[in-house]
Amino acid sequence: MPKKITIEPVTRVEGHGKVTIHMDDSNQVVQSRLHIVEFRGFERFIQGRPYWEAPVLVQRLCGICPVSHHLAAAKAMDEIVGAGTGDGLTPTGEKMRRLMHYGQIFQSHALHFFHLASPDMLFGIEADPNIRNIIGVALEHQDLAVQGVMMRKFGQEVIQATAGKKIHGTGAIPGGMNKSLTPEERDSFLLGKDPLNVDKMIEWSLGALDFFKSYHSQNRELVDNFANFPSSHLSLVRKDGAMDLYHGVLRAVDAEGKKILHDVDYQKYYEYIGEEVRSWSYMKFPFLKEYGKEKGWYRVGPLARMNTADFIPTPLAQKEHEIFRAYTNGKPNGMSMHMHWARLIEILHSAEMMKELLYDPDITGDQLVTKGNKQYEGVGLIEAPRGTLFHHYRINEDDQIDMANLIVSTTNNNTPMNLAVESVAKDYMNGHAVISEGMMNAVEVAIRAYDPCLSCATHALGKMPLEIKILDKSGNILDKKRSS
Amino acid sequence: MNNKVNFTIDDKECTSTSDKYIVEAARENGVYIPTLCNYDGVKPAGSCRVCTVKVNKRYLTACTTPIAEGMEIEVNTTDLQDFRNAVVELLFTEGNHFCPACEKSGNCELQALAYKFQIMAPRFPFQFNERYIDASNPKIYHDHNRCILCKRCIRVVKDDKGKSVFAFENRARQIRINFDSKLGEVLTDELAEKAMEVCPVGSILVKGKGFKDPIGTRKFDHTPIDKIVIPEKQNI
Ligand code: SF4
Ligand code: FES
Repeated sequence: MPKKITIEPVTRVEGHGKVTIHMDDSNQVVQSRLHIVEFRGFERFIQGRPYWEAPVLVQRLCGICPVSHHLAAAKAMDEIVGAGTGDGLTPTGEKMRRLMHYGQIFQSHALHFFHLASPDMLFGIEADPNIRNIIGVALEHQDLAVQGVMMRKFGQEVIQATAGKKIHGTGAIPGGMNKSLTPEERDSFLLGKDPLNVDKMIEWSLGALDFFKSYHSQNRELVDNFANFPSSHLSLVRKDGAMDLYHGVLRAVDAEGKKILHDVDYQKYYEYIGEEVRSWSYMKFPFLKEYGKEKGWYRVGPLARMNTADFIPTPLAQKEHEIFRAYTNGKPNGMSMHMHWARLIEILHSAEMMKELLYDPDITGDQLVTKGNKQYEGVGLIEAPRGTLFHHYRINEDDQIDMANLIVSTTNNNTPMNLAVESVAKDYMNGHAVISEGMMNAVEVAIRAYDPCLSCATHALGKMPLEIKILDKSGNILDKKRSS
Repeated sequence: MNNKVNFTIDDKECTSTSDKYIVEAARENGVYIPTLCNYDGVKPAGSCRVCTVKVNKRYLTACTTPIAEGMEIEVNTTDLQDFRNAVVELLFTEGNHFCPACEKSGNCELQALAYKFQIMAPRFPFQFNERYIDASNPKIYHDHNRCILCKRCIRVVKDDKGKSVFAFENRARQIRINFDSKLGEVLTDELAEKAMEVCPVGSILVKGKGFKDPIGTRKFDHTPIDKIVIPEKQNI
């Protein structure tokens, strides 16, 4: 008899996801789906608000990476106040924004790697969840736990110095910034007492990469094969093909590495990207129009960025990028667990970028804002920690927003996350009618690789509260298991 | 004639002169009485009731009541503090105040009072009243969601002939502030700035100004509202 397995979080009020796995009579996985409740409400309730409020209001979407929304909205508003796309700001304005962004990537990736992903690596994904969490890491690998906390702190302090507050600041305003760094603030990051200085951050980023590489060499089978599937990849890149997390043109490559979106200006993203609605999920499914709904899906995020960028413009991260690319002979890498590797290379890149920016005299400059002729439409894109983030606004004659469209990173990764879960479900569930602890953990690990901004993905110190149910066709529960 | 007057505040002997309102006389004696609709230098309106005190056992608004000889004034009693909290909480529930995205945050007097009174959540249910936004003026963005009807704008923002730019329209629950459309059209930058400054909340905003003040430099970022009115050294 065909069965349906449902994995759902037990106790989340918002941003929760659940997984259903449909099985046939002989216990073979037919299909799996990840359902996500998402935040479309913002696009509605921002209507009527003045345009300059958007960067501050919309960042409330998220408590993990609000800076991304803050900056994407501010970039869209740069267009509206006539300051142009990305490169129209004053040097101080742009560099302060970049510093804020790299601080944010650094802290968000550090949180994800040390607090959420490292327990799986240190203890194995089949380990008891009571040990497999950040407390377990703190008890057994104190050095790593401390580094995680301090790296996050460093990133947060950079955000505070640029945005005014660690969470939900107001630093980026239409056309620029409302502050630059004081020499004291700058020096505190450059020369701060160990470990809170940028050189230590670079050293620790390299250490985290070594940690991953040694884990990889001991667990090649798992890391390379777990949720490994080919896909296209999309991100912003700098005009010359370099990795650029703050600004650039849109590029996509297919599974073979062939360019399928040719470094286009993102102001007209809607000409290239469509969004499909499916009845069983609140989250839309974006796709490249040229390739249609079936074939046009793509991945975003650290892995995608490694695959789209020709090179990384900071020396240490560039070396790591070369090793990363060589692992798949220069072809795009489709291994979901390599997302962790990519994330660590980006941590290193962000630390190097912060150092470069801190040494730049413009960072303490006083030319903060540019303005030009008012426009009525603006699009702002940014590479958020989890991938490309789209903000699109139109305003009316009276300066009020009358249309907003957001495509958040997790939405861009909708299809890939579904496929990752399906791939894992097949590996672990085919031929089994009973749910094992390992199966539940594996689904959790697959979702977590994408670091989706669902509260369940970051819940309770690295433990997703999951419930699995096996249901028959008429909805009767045949088996039931909870993860905590 | 300004006579010297003697009075007590919470049993403390105080002196002032008879040309003062209670709020001012208290301030002279180092006592902070919270106010909201009151604005230095303009005739008080007594519209918010935040400054309520007890004078000889009767409730009165301290911003509108002149000081007089022999008054026994109660300011910081538990019931009066609770009464003032209630007034501020009512204002929060009556309007639609979303501080996290308001550019007046950090410079807003209503917010500053809520911090001062340590209000975590209002005891009254939110009304979710439908208010509208008037963005039609080229200089001013007028958000009625945040208006607390304090009449400061009406009393302070006047053209060079002394005519008020703002006025009340409608009555009772429908009452709201409106522009004089003719005067609104010719509003100078200076008057627009004045209107934003005078509005205790984020109801009147100068367009495009946005979040110009970085966090840490705003009026109440480091100094609570009572310490702005009466700096530490004078406060008792
Ligand atoms: S608009 Fe501002 S100043 Fe005018 S009545 Fe409302 S709150 Fe008071
Ligand atoms: S301050 Fe006295 S009534 Fe408002």
